[in-house]
Amino acid sequence: MILKKKIPVIDQVNRLGFWGGKFGGNFVPETLKKPIEDLEIQFNKLKKDKNFIKERNKYFHEWIGVPTRFIKLENLTKHIGGAEIWSKVVSDANGGAHKIYNATVHCLLAKRSGKKVIIGDTGAGYAGKMLSMAAKKFGLKCKIFMGAKDIERQQPNVRAMKKNGADVIPVYSGSQTLVDAVSECMRYWVAHCDTTAMCVGSTVGPAIFVRICGWSTSQISRELKIQLISEFGTIPKKLKLYNCVGGGSSSFGFWNEFMDYDKKQVEFIGVEAGGPAKSKKHAAPLTYGSKIGILHGAAQYVNQNSDGQIEETESISAGLDYPGISPLHCFLKDTKRARYTAASDEEALKAYQLVTKYENLRPSLEPSHAFSVAIKESKKFSKETIVVINSCGDAYKDKKILEKKLGKKYVKSN
Amino acid sequence: MLNPIKLAFNEAKKNKRPALLTYTVAGDSSKKQSLEILESISEYVDLLEIGVPHNTPVADGGQIQTSAYRAIKNGIKMNDIFKIVKDFKKNKNSKPVILMGYYNMIYQYGENNFLKDCKKTGVNGLIIVDLPWPENKVFSKKCKKSSIDFIQLISPTTSKKRLKSIIKDSHNMIYYISMLSTTGGKLKVSPREILNNYNKIKKIDPKKNCVVGFGITEKTISKFKNTDGLVVGSQICKEITRSLNNRQNPVINVSKMVYKLRKKIS
Repeated sequence: MILKKKIPVIDQVNRLGFWGGKFGGNFVPETLKKPIEDLEIQFNKLKKDKNFIKERNKYFHEWIGVPTRFIKLENLTKHIGGAEIWSKVVSDANGGAHKIYNATVHCLLAKRSGKKVIIGDTGAGYAGKMLSMAAKKFGLKCKIFMGAKDIERQQPNVRAMKKNGADVIPVYSGSQTLVDAVSECMRYWVAHCDTTAMCVGSTVGPAIFVRICGWSTSQISRELKIQLISEFGTIPKKLKLYNCVGGGSSSFGFWNEFMDYDKKQVEFIGVEAGGPAKSKKHAAPLTYGSKIGILHGAAQYVNQNSDGQIEETESISAGLDYPGISPLHCFLKDTKRARYTAASDEEALKAYQLVTKYENLRPSLEPSHAFSVAIKESKKFSKETIVVINSCGDAYKDKKILEKKLGKKYVKSN
Repeated sequence: MLNPIKLAFNEAKKNKRPALLTYTVAGDSSKKQSLEILESISEYVDLLEIGVPHNTPVADGGQIQTSAYRAIKNGIKMNDIFKIVKDFKKNKNSKPVILMGYYNMIYQYGENNFLKDCKKTGVNGLIIVDLPWPENKVFSKKCKKSSIDFIQLISPTTSKKRLKSIIKDSHNMIYYISMLSTTGGKLKVSPREILNNYNKIKKIDPKKNCVVGFGITEKTISKFKNTDGLVVGSQICKEITRSLNNRQNPVINVSKMVYKLRKKIS
């Protein structure tokens, strides 16, 4: 399996939509073949269209508010005493997380194809919140599918979606989390694909959705590259990019522009959700060697039993609570371009406490996983090493969980 | 030897009626009971679709999901499903069996291994919901080699060009999805429109047996008498759920329902 240079990773698919000949693809009901093909034709054309890129950039700048900050975490660096620790504060983006890029692009595509309704799935509620924002901005009706368990634990985002005029549809099947929300959303699309556009909330699903999402979030690394050069004059000799990985949209976007660099110079570290330390359940298929299977239309490493039933996951962060992983990350793992590891619930909480103690930054539980590993490893790195962590979400949505786990006082003081 | 699926259609044609196909989920509500249901309805049915339950189905509506979750909760495994088929096929009045499910279950079992066990236990055909054409080209050829019918699906969104290619690569039977819906949806297009699309498929190759599924119930079935075959699934799954909730015997109730369905098209 070979990762090619000078060709965007999202375009390194074969005729049937597979990366490396085996990840991704289109395992979908016949009914969805046509709408998927239509979307492929539209996207392949528009991503080369200067006017479309201009339009996208306009909304990215004026509405999303790019570029997001790139800041040095001085106190944390001093406290850890190893590598220089920096953060790309993607949670600065309008709405508070990276999900806004993909949502905006999908709405632009839906608008151009004349669709009046857009549907989407959500786990932590960010993908849903952003889609509801973008839908409102572009005058589309919006329906968001969300697991009943996630609705319960991510109330602030649910309220935001409703405020934006979206229908939030609770999903009660299976584990009542993201995996079931995606299934239900796809089922709804099967029944309404003639009038409705679908936005998959991460770099998962049938190949075209993986590609669109990866293309959209790559905005993050485009900015970071410029910011690194303006800060250091060049791309640092030892650069380590840490990012949490659930479906894999923020991490892919955080890394994409650095793909062609030697990994000795720019290393990618993906941090999956290891779940509670005492539990056997996790959401870390790459770290714990899950087998390849088919989930939501794509071949990928996925938590499953020997029969092929998808297994329930467990994680404190709803946004990482997904049994599968983007085909892009399966590809980056097998070509050894990226390294993957996991952090437990407890480790993520500890990292959250440490970051908020030393810095004026409040990463949500998802990036707290990445912070945990980055902090641990930074101790061992030289002072010349530049560590950058993508703080891709804000902890506002996690208030309830943080209060429960760390106490009200702690959360208030931050 | 003639293909059992083809024979079943011929038999129904002789009697000037469409073939009746049922869909029940293997292991719903238990291994034993799902076998009993198959045995009790076999008399009235021409072909039996047996669902392989999967816990992330992307095309099934509520009724079939409920059945599938019930079966999984009761511990059904792939081996049990083959055992059910094998036991059913021991009966004198058994009918051709089509396994219907999602590709991951086959992928994990191994394609070759799966086909070997299909053959061993008497499975006659396969419907893989999420393995469309052309992704299914290699596997459907493998099926043909094992004398197992790979059943291609066609939907209202299938383009003309695709339609021709799919029919060309199909075996004895084609499944037409009547409308844009998951299983168990209410019929939201007119029977006339459905039959119109059905006729377009038949025109391309009249020899292929084309069945219509999705939205076929006791209420609607008699409107589709001029087809090769009709599939009823969600209504049966719903009846199992209803029976269980009312503490009645699903075997008897489903059997009664299928008898009525058959009457309506005879």
